[in-house]
Amino acid sequence: MSLFLIVALPFFGALLPGLMNSAGRQACAGITFTVSLAAFIGLLTNLPAVLAGDLVTARVDWIPSLGMNFTLMLDGLGFFFALLILGIGLLIIAYARSYLSRDDNMGEFFTYLLLFQGAMVGIVLSDNILLLLVFWELTSLSSFLLIGYWKHLPEGRQGARMALTVTGMGGLAMIGGMLILGQIAGSYDLSVILQNRELIQADPLYVPALLLILLGCFTKSAQFPFHFWLPHAMAAPTPVSAYLHSATMVKAGIFLMARMWPVLSGTPEWFVIVTTAGLVTMVLGAIIALFKHDLKALLAFSTVSHLGLITMLLGTGTAFGAMAAMFHILNHATFKAALFMSAGIVDHEAHTRDIRRLGGLRHLMPITFIIATLAALSMAGIPLLNGFLSKEMMLEEATHTVLFGAPWLVPALATFGSLFSAAYCFRLIGHTFLGPVRDDYPAKPHDPGAGMWLPPAILVVLVVMIGVAPFLAEPFVKIVTASVLGDTAEVPKAYFKIWHGLVPALFMSVIAVVGGLLMLAIFNPALRLWETTPRPEAKMIFEALIAAIVALSQRFIHGLHNGAFTRYGAIMAVTVIIAGFYAWSTGTVGAASREMQPVTPVAFAGWVMLVAATIGMVFLHRNRLMSLILIGIAGLMVSVGFVYFSAPDLAMTQITVEVVTIILLLLALNFLPNQTPIESTAMRRTRDTAIALAGGLATMGMAWHFLVRDAIATPISEFHLANSYKGGGGTNVVNVILVDFRGFDTYGEIIVLGIAALLIYALTETLLSGPVRARLLNRKPDQPRAGDMHPTMMVVLTRVIMPVVLMVGFYIFLRGHNEPGGGFIAGLVVSIAVVMQYMASGFSWASARLRYPYHGVIGAGVLIAGLTGIGSWFVSKPFLTSDFTYVRIPPFEKFELATAALFDLGVFLAVVGAVMLSLESFSRLARRAHVPDTEHPMDIDPSRDDPPMTPAQEGV
Amino acid sequence: MELLVASAIGILTAGGIYLMLRLRTFPVILGISLLTYAVNVFLFASGRLSVGAPPILRDGVEVYTDPLPQALVLTAIVISFGMTAVVVMIALGAYLGSDDDHVDDAPDEASKGTGDAA
Repeated sequence: MSLFLIVALPFFGALLPGLMNSAGRQACAGITFTVSLAAFIGLLTNLPAVLAGDLVTARVDWIPSLGMNFTLMLDGLGFFFALLILGIGLLIIAYARSYLSRDDNMGEFFTYLLLFQGAMVGIVLSDNILLLLVFWELTSLSSFLLIGYWKHLPEGRQGARMALTVTGMGGLAMIGGMLILGQIAGSYDLSVILQNRELIQADPLYVPALLLILLGCFTKSAQFPFHFWLPHAMAAPTPVSAYLHSATMVKAGIFLMARMWPVLSGTPEWFVIVTTAGLVTMVLGAIIALFKHDLKALLAFSTVSHLGLITMLLGTGTAFGAMAAMFHILNHATFKAALFMSAGIVDHEAHTRDIRRLGGLRHLMPITFIIATLAALSMAGIPLLNGFLSKEMMLEEATHTVLFGAPWLVPALATFGSLFSAAYCFRLIGHTFLGPVRDDYPAKPHDPGAGMWLPPAILVVLVVMIGVAPFLAEPFVKIVTASVLGDTAEVPKAYFKIWHGLVPALFMSVIAVVGGLLMLAIFNPALRLWETTPRPEAKMIFEALIAAIVALSQRFIHGLHNGAFTRYGAIMAVTVIIAGFYAWSTGTVGAASREMQPVTPVAFAGWVMLVAATIGMVFLHRNRLMSLILIGIAGLMVSVGFVYFSAPDLAMTQITVEVVTIILLLLALNFLPNQTPIESTAMRRTRDTAIALAGGLATMGMAWHFLVRDAIATPISEFHLANSYKGGGGTNVVNVILVDFRGFDTYGEIIVLGIAALLIYALTETLLSGPVRARLLNRKPDQPRAGDMHPTMMVVLTRVIMPVVLMVGFYIFLRGHNEPGGGFIAGLVVSIAVVMQYMASGFSWASARLRYPYHGVIGAGVLIAGLTGIGSWFVSKPFLTSDFTYVRIPPFEKFELATAALFDLGVFLAVVGAVMLSLESFSRLARRAHVPDTEHPMDIDPSRDDPPMTPAQEGV
Repeated sequence: MELLVASAIGILTAGGIYLMLRLRTFPVILGISLLTYAVNVFLFASGRLSVGAPPILRDGVEVYTDPLPQALVLTAIVISFGMTAVVVMIALGAYLGSDDDHVDDAPDEASKGTGDAA
């Protein structure tokens, strides 16, 4: 099966459990199992190739320019992990079916589980490190969802947050490390990176990259000092703990260390950091685990300890260490998942996981007892079980490892850790299953149905099988090891066997097991000692740290972001000015290369008017109507400027937009106060003036700078000018750019415009359906209304002029391709024609004659434009490729038919709809209760005959 | 001529920034409109200034002004209308809902927000 399919199956399959939820729990679990099984079988179809030592790959270029390609590869290592993920996944799904109660939403659980499975398979099969990072983050997210699955439990939510924070932070660091690595190697493909060991290790950025990547691995695999999140993640349902937090996700960090082993390992930095972290984690985890009373907490710390063991083995940097690590991953996954499931069974049946309340369960739960005991003994390192074999190899490796110049350090600590490891295993068996039967269990424990004990039993069969006949696992582990080592070292010749003779490792093993038994004998005094010893509580430290960071960022954010818009505006303006000044003062500036053009009197007069209007606005802005008039002058002068500087299209757009904007602001001013009171202090005004002057000077300097210089690179416009007629069939280059060269931009913009109009409509609806409605309806105008609501002159004039304006709009639309004009301008002109009817004849008169709702007009516009674009697909051209032809119908002159005109029609409709929907929404606010909506265009406002208002009435 | 355009951009920007920093919605909206003019003219001017050379292809005419900034500014003008309309609507809704057209939170409200988040 294609690798793509193996990765994609769980992701697509994740859609199914949610859908199957109503079909019952059996169907829900069944479909999840089927999806996983399909992926599992798909993986197995690749087994022959992997056994033959081939590299199975699949590749799709995604963003080649960024080195981001969707490339997957399957080698021994990837196969091994994928096998663990999918194989144990199957057992977990079967187990979870029985474990989850009727109150749990099973579809949700299995959806998360499949998402996690897909992400995890993605990690181990990725050949591109950027792709790997994406999957990496996905496992953090899906693990967050799974840990917090029982949303009603505060520990679940806290544990989920903690796990996400720690692993997310590590992931962030890893992104940095991976990017550095990719930069050094010149490729983000793992297969390339792995070939460049010398290059990478010689690079000065090797150490930063190593540290960042290790940070990611250590957080994910719960290595000291980031181990604390894992026990808190145990608030998750037990299937999750068994799957994510013992067999798969926490091994992702280890997987990555193994994956990167050929390029990263073998240096002193790697050796010291990884070995030390692993060793400390192993010993610390084992000691803490012994004194935990919660079965799952005990197992969680034991997992931490074993992950430390594997990390330490990888840290040694020897081929034998790598092989032992791989073997232990396999063994640990089998016995630990079985143990977690057993713990879940005990919890499920006895309703407690507290070891102090258990004991004597061997008589009540014989099957569970056998499963858990075999798995725990394997973990303790008892011969004939698989844990013994890899532990023996670890101790063997430890005797050859010299850390900090002390040859005794590593073996001693490894033995010490193993001793505690054996002790907690014995405690787990002894205090849970052995001893007298009690009569105070919270529930009556008995063995569960086969659905729950069969999955761990299958794992325990593996534990025993490998333990008795290690040669069965040997070839497979060696293939995996070979792909870890790459071509940096030979696979060790050592055989996997139970009896190696009287080697030091055996003595260490014996010390550990005997010591473990002794430790259990003196458990009670040791526990008292442990409980009196002060030790840092990771959760408290973590929460204090988070609180401190939150407080710090709050202080920072509330300084900047205090809800005052003026402050944001000032900060933004000042920041832009400073950044611009920095760029200006550090950049190089060439000499002026353009000659200045002479000033004409007309241009100067326009400039004077613009400047006067702007300055007038600043000084007169408290009179709002006056400032509206002044901004109209400024806008008019800008349009005149566009005419003067050869931009007829811009001028036409600017002046029409100006008209609708002023109408809009007038409508708004109808409700807003007419005056702006003086509120800011003189100091504040001085400050604002200073910022404004600095900003003005800066933009002026910038504009002046490039106006007197030629462009440093040839503008693309030459292309547009040359191809406008040949390729686009139009002589108005601006219009051809809009509807053809950059048609996709325009398409996006009409959509934005439509969204803006719909937003205004929605806001109006919200206002009119809320408490504001009553106030609006009973509003008393602050100034007397004109008696003549619809002046006869205006009504007659606008109605007469309407067809003329429409004709002008039509004309502007048609000529747009070759002369100034086009959809935008025509749309605005037609909108003005319609708005005039509203203004002159009244809202109800105009809307009664409205045949199409404006939403529909916007929609039609966007659809027409979009369909025009799609049309080019039918002739196998890219989206929005335009075509044109010339036709001649006898009485007329030859004229052009272009698909671009159809697109422009879409633009036209969208503009008309958007402008009209906005203005109509505003004017709907203005309708009042005591003024009857009449159809008659020329009537008299009766409120004019009311007595003039007094201030007292106004307050009502 | 270049100096006139550059200074016009500068004055529009200065006026825009000053009005944008006022405390009531209406002047802020007008300030943003002035800034829009400034930005549009600025973008337009990046094609350099030429008189009497509109980008309408004609036989025998060789010199045209740069059409691309014009096309970009044309859509910018229309979009800025949409933006202004949305902002005006928001300002109006806020004013009608609370009888207050300040753009800043009242000081006591701002400190209350801090208290809640802490």
